[in-house]
Amino acid sequence: MTLLELVDVTASYGPVQVIDGVSLSVPEGGSVGILGANGAGKTTTLRAISGTVRTGGRITFEGRDIRGLRPDQVAALGIAHVPEGRGTLGQLSVRENLMVGAYLRKGRKAIADDVDYCLELFPQLRDRVGSRAAALSGGEQQMLAVGRAFMAKPKLLLLDEASLGLAPSTAKTVYDAIRRLRRESGIAMLVVEQNANLAFSLVDTATVLETGRNVLTGTSAELKGMDEIRRAYLGG
Amino acid sequence: MGTFIQLVVDGLSTGSIYAALALAIVLVNQATGLINFAQGGMAVLSAYIAYAFLGLGVPLPLAILVAVVASFLLGALAERFLVRRFERGDPDTAVVVTIGLLTLVTGISALLWGYNNLGFPSLFPLTSVEILGAVVSVRSLATTVTIVLIMVVLQLLFLRTKLGLALRAVADNPGSAAFSGLPVGRLLMVGWGLAATLGAIAGVLVAPQLTLTPGMLDTALVYALAAVILGGLSSPIGCVVAASAIGVLENLVAVYVPLIGHDLKIAVPFVLIFVILILRPQGLFGRKVVVRV
Repeated sequence: MTLLELVDVTASYGPVQVIDGVSLSVPEGGSVGILGANGAGKTTTLRAISGTVRTGGRITFEGRDIRGLRPDQVAALGIAHVPEGRGTLGQLSVRENLMVGAYLRKGRKAIADDVDYCLELFPQLRDRVGSRAAALSGGEQQMLAVGRAFMAKPKLLLLDEASLGLAPSTAKTVYDAIRRLRRESGIAMLVVEQNANLAFSLVDTATVLETGRNVLTGTSAELKGMDEIRRAYLGG
Repeated sequence: MGTFIQLVVDGLSTGSIYAALALAIVLVNQATGLINFAQGGMAVLSAYIAYAFLGLGVPLPLAILVAVVASFLLGALAERFLVRRFERGDPDTAVVVTIGLLTLVTGISALLWGYNNLGFPSLFPLTSVEILGAVVSVRSLATTVTIVLIMVVLQLLFLRTKLGLALRAVADNPGSAAFSGLPVGRLLMVGWGLAATLGAIAGVLVAPQLTLTPGMLDTALVYALAAVILGGLSSPIGCVVAASAIGVLENLVAVYVPLIGHDLKIAVPFVLIFVILILRPQGLFGRKVVVRV
């Protein structure tokens, strides 16, 4: 069943139209990638979904039109956005960041269990649980951002460039953990990622954007094989 | 010795006035990331609201309660319809807006009630007790105790409750907090409302002592800001300790350092601010703001 569907979505920052007819769908429990060069509209597509940019077209989540909702309303429906640049709450401790993630949830015990799960998923965070997020390394902050999103127990995770600015080994650690999270939680994911190998390690299907439109959609296996696609959009 | 203790006790008493205002400033800062220069003016307006209800024959505790509730609404409305427009922009702009708000609120108080000093009844009895040879009025003792209680409640609110966590999260990064489902706008209104409530309590506590005028808390605001810088913007306990220290220190200096005397004692907090900003910019009790680039 389709969880999220975008039909001909447009978005603009003031007078500047950044995406110009993007369509895609994410099935329940599925993982879909958005690929493309810089400026193709990948991040803006995620922002259109989470309600942080003015949009046109149709965006439905579980059959409900969510276009025009505020970010907190979108989050309340079960969509957690891990933004580009991580968005950790710098002056709050690691544990507090995770607790903020669980803001809309009830049930002390379940929340405490999920904090434990996050710390098991990202063991690096365990020793830093009382540290302020701003004092963490970039990799740890990315892990915290993913952990905080998980704490909301979302149905869909929007993941924006989780490897940005990280050393290759750290990026791999982060993606390994996200893959495990997906396997164990069944959360659907919509993933923006510049690094093609990392992207294909996590997604089943992907769509390629060029100047704000879809130009190609296929399974990971199909896209991986296309040399010209790799050269043109993925830098590999 | 008797004089010394009397000076310390009097200093603690005036210090508690600064502390009350400083706590409200810390609350807004923790909840919205801003410094609200209008905090004092808003507190005075709250005291006038209580005064107006007293004039209608409402008993004092009830009049104060009405003023407290009205202040929550006024604070929330000021955030929603005025400060909201500037929150996304340059923080300096928002700070200047709060200075404008101070002028506006003071003007409204003056327009409605004039500039004459008005007597305001005290919630506490005017008797005094003797402690270690110093005469302490029950009123200032009760004021100090109230302020300390408020401080403890605030500290617990921020560090132990879900609302406190949410307020801090929104102050830290409103855009990102919204991704976790926090209703950012509503939380900012609550933060301002709570601070205005606190200001209202400060206003009615000190009005009997200072007598009610539109500029009643202008000087106190200067000292409160000094306390906030000394104690640290993130620490309610720190700013109460700092406010008390400033109150005591200015009294002692005025009497024991002839060069300064009563005329120059207002310079004391400024010298302190200067030294603290150089030696320990995060304040005595505050936490350093770490920014990773």
